[in-house]
This record gives sequence, structure tokens and C-alpha cells, in this order.
Amino acid sequence: MALGSTPVNVIEVDHLVKRFDGFTAVKGVTFQVKQGEVFGFLGPNGAGKSTTINMLCTLLRPTSGRAVINGHDLLTEQDAVRQSIGMIFQDPSLDDRLTGRENLRFHAMLYDVPGNLFRERSAELLEMVGLTDKADEVVRNYSGGMRRRLEIVRGLLHRPRVFFLDEPTLGLDPQTRRLIWDYLLTLREQEAVTMFMTTHYLDEAESCDRIAIIDHGEIIALDTPVALKGTVGGDIVTISTTDGRRASKLLKDVHHIEPRVLSNGQLVMEVASGDRFIPRMMATLAGGKEPVTVLSVSLRRPTLEDVFIRLTGRAIREEESGAGEQMRLRGRTWRR
Amino acid sequence: MAPLGGIEAASLRRELKGAYTIWYRDVLRFVRDRARVVASLAQPLLFLFVLGYGLGSSIPGLAAGAVSFVQFVFPGILGMTVLFTAIFSAISIVWDREFGFLKEVMVAPVSRTAVALGKVAGGSTVAILQAVIILLLAPAVGITLAWEQYLLLLALMLLLAAVMTSCGILVAARQRTIESFQVIMNFLLLPMFFLSGALFPLIGAPLWMELLATIDPVTYGVDALRQVALSASVPPELLQTLILHPILIDVAILAAFGLAFLIPAVWLFGKQD
Repeated sequence: MALGSTPVNVIEVDHLVKRFDGFTAVKGVTFQVKQGEVFGFLGPNGAGKSTTINMLCTLLRPTSGRAVINGHDLLTEQDAVRQSIGMIFQDPSLDDRLTGRENLRFHAMLYDVPGNLFRERSAELLEMVGLTDKADEVVRNYSGGMRRRLEIVRGLLHRPRVFFLDEPTLGLDPQTRRLIWDYLLTLREQEAVTMFMTTHYLDEAESCDRIAIIDHGEIIALDTPVALKGTVGGDIVTISTTDGRRASKLLKDVHHIEPRVLSNGQLVMEVASGDRFIPRMMATLAGGKEPVTVLSVSLRRPTLEDVFIRLTGRAIREEESGAGEQMRLRGRTWRR
Repeated sequence: MAPLGGIEAASLRRELKGAYTIWYRDVLRFVRDRARVVASLAQPLLFLFVLGYGLGSSIPGLAAGAVSFVQFVFPGILGMTVLFTAIFSAISIVWDREFGFLKEVMVAPVSRTAVALGKVAGGSTVAILQAVIILLLAPAVGITLAWEQYLLLLALMLLLAAVMTSCGILVAARQRTIESFQVIMNFLLLPMFFLSGALFPLIGAPLWMELLATIDPVTYGVDALRQVALSASVPPELLQTLILHPILIDVAILAAFGLAFLIPAVWLFGKQD
């Protein structure tokens, strides 16, 4: 498919690579995002999610590869790309000494939104996220969730075709996260905007139309959440026993299943239909010369985490805070 | 970044609007933040009054007694206020880019050149506003000036502010962490201040100090400010003993420093990773 030839794809990325000194953060990713889609980048910290989004929003220059956003070439038509996109950064990017409305006005100035249009549009969007009463308060007095809502309003002010969101709910409590998502999904309907987001929250990834799972700078799977979970095949059964090793051997001999051993000693296995498997498994473990006592059993539908584990052998975990994280914290303290 | 000759009117208007936005934000923040204004006045006031009168009582007066120590130091304190405010406001780019509003500016359809120039304008304006408060204290230390002299001082401070903001942006342009902040403070800001002749006459200072002062842009700013500030109260032949260069030379050298900072600063700031 030739780049830029299909109008339905609002983002087309072709073998995008980003190398820093001696370290390749993104190793040639290729994907397309359709008009109106909510497209998610799921992966652990350091997988290359933010680097990719920072290239697509013109903050970083790709080492090689191409990308076309809203019909504009990322490398040669930077200003047109910038005018086409809205952005929510991982770190807060509001001026907390100014009021919400002032932050919005500066955005309108930078994107050349005419005054009357700005007033109309900001009033409408502020109403939608429930910030109308707070718009003239200084952002420093805002809660984390309010700041995010203001950033959403700001990012959509100039009617972008693509809305980039880099971990939009990072550091927010679960209730606020859900709220932010409700707003995002409503706005997506009303604004008909395409959303490209990165996340390492599985429940958020579930809300995307399609997900690219990214690990070590490469896309290792790309599909709808349902289809991805379908690759796991059936249900997930987790058991804890008094003798994990023996239980493993029995399951292997009788049911031809190779359970995965978790760090806490639990056994995890994928089976076609768990409700029918569990009684047979119990019989197997309780039978024989040396029965194994089962302490607990759980059965659940596969999640995206299982997909990730299946693909990489690892869980999407929170990594220990790196230098960036530390500076982030210090920066916040320093700036009050 | 479009080549300067090839900018069309429409995009030039947008660039100017972008630079204006950056400038306006700096000024708005300054006006809004009264606590910062008061806090940042404490240091120059301490230097002016405590050092000025404290040391002044044991220093007989300069230029054959025509200038008291406080009066001598006053233009130096003007320079200091401009220097510190300008550098700090430029250095704030580092935080602002990683954790603040500037990040949003970097993805906006405005060139980095416009952003950098807007920042120079903003930092300079804030430095001037701060220094004007000190300038108004001139009568309090016995310096009486005509309005043309006030205007001339203002113009000189503006030039010094633009030079120092550019210097700050040059330092901050590629910096990603605040670790080196203390280093900048100790190895750049304070030496530039102390070696500039703001607090003592450089004439008669040891040769090494004189040499270092020559490569310190603040020296020329303070020298020019001093000539204007003292011109009304000191006879020209006595004033000659306190100054280093004719004012036009000072201005020319400052402007040269300004360009030498600004051009690489804009270039580095615009460089994309």
C-alpha cells in the first residue's frame, strides 16, 4: 500500500525507527490507524511507546522510516502535521500559575484559533468535561483529574483530526481514571476524532478498537482486543497446591497440559472450557498413590495480560522508577 | 524552520503571534506572582543598602570623594538585578520543557525560532520590570536623574537583559536535567556578577581579574549603566576615573556578545532530537 493514498487511514507508519546513542528504542514499527478509531499502544514501561508517540507528534525526529498523518508527511510537512494533531503528554503540561481559561487562550493563540471560535469552543468543551465553574481558577488549585480534563479540552480546542494521548491516566486514582475515560469516549463520538494512545493499563487497552502490543521497540501483535484474547484459546485456570511440582507432572501425564509456574508457586494453565476441566483436574490430583491437595482454584476469561504473557513470557509490570521518574518527582517538588 | 527570506506573510504573522504568546505568558506570570517579585527584590536590596552603606562607612568615597560607595554600587545592583532575573527566567526553560507549558508549545505549529525569540523577549521584559523597581530607588541613594537619563538607563538594561537571556537560553537549550543548575549558578552567574565591577572599581584591580572581566559581558553593561547613572552628579573628568570604555564601545561589545549568544542559542533550541 502506497503511503498517503488511502484517505481512510489517518495515520500511516512505515518502518519507523528511533535510535539513541547506542540504543534502539523503536525498531521499525509499521501500522495504520483508521479514521475515527481508538488505537492503543500497550506495553510495559520502556517498550518504546512514548518514543513512538513523541516521533508522531514531531517532538522527536525519526532515525529512519516514514509516517503520514492526516495526509501530511511527518518529516517534510511538520507544521501541517502539528496543526492536525492534539496532544496529551504523560507529564502535566499546563502552566499552573495561570487560570484554566488562560491556559486555553494561550493554546488558541498558538494554533491561531480566532477569538470568537475560541470562546464558543472552549465554553462547549469545558461544559462537556464539567469544568465551566473552575475555568477561571488558577490551575495550581486543580486536582490531578481536573488538570487532565483541562488538558483534554485544550488538546481538542483547535479541532485536531488525531488526538495523541501518552498514558492519559497515569498517576490518577481508579475512579478518576474511569471518569476520564468516559469523557474521552463521549468526546470521540461527538468530535469524530481519531485517538492514538499509549497505556500500560490493561482495562484501558480493552476500551480501544484495536491494540498494538509493543515490547522492546517492536510490535508483537496487532488486532482487536477480542481477537487478541482469542489467541490465548479458552479459559485461564489458576490453582495453588501443596506440591506444585507433583501437580504439574500429573497434569502433564493425564491431561497433556504444561502449566506455567508463577513466582508464588501457583500453577496457571490455558484450557478450552474451564468449567468442565476443573472437575476432571480435581479428580486427577486427588487420585493416584500420592494425592496432591488443592488449596484454591480460580477460573477466568483471558485478559490482555495473558496475551502479553503468552507472547513474551513476562507480565506487563511496573518497572522501578528510572532517572526520568526521579527528576519528574524532584521537578514537581522544586516547582511547588 | 523556513529560510528567513522565504517566509510568506501569513506564516510570518503566525510566527509573530507565537513569539508574542510566549512573551505574554512570561509577563503575565510575573505580574501574577507578587510573592516572586518581592522575594527576588530582597537580594538586590540587601546588596544595595547593607553592603552599600555597611562597606561605604569604611570606604572614603570614590573619584576623589565625589561618589559615595552606595552611589558607585547602585548601577552595579541594577546590572545584577537584570543579570539574575534574565538568567533565571531563561534557565526555567529546562523545567518548563520537561514538565510544563513549553512542552505543549513544542508541538504547536510555531517554529522553534519564534519560541526562542519570544522567550528572549519575555525574559528581558521581566528582568526590566524587576530592575525598574530598583531604578526608582535612585533618589534614595542620592542619585538624581533627568528623564532622558532614566530612559537611557532603561534602554541599556534592556540590552543587557536581552544579552543575558540569550546566554541563559544557550546554556539551557540542550539541558535535560536540573542537576547542573547549581553548577551554572556557581560557575557562571556569580563569577559574572563579581567580575563585572559591579561592587568595586576594576581600575587598579589585579591583571588576572582585569583579563577575566574583559570576557565578562556584564562588565560592559555595568560600565555603561554607571556612566549614565553618575553623569548628572559627577563632573566628567572625575567620572573618567571610574569608567572603562566610552559608552558606545560598551554598547557595541554588548551587542556583539548578544549575537554570539543568540545565534547558537536559537540554533541549539531548534535542533530536534
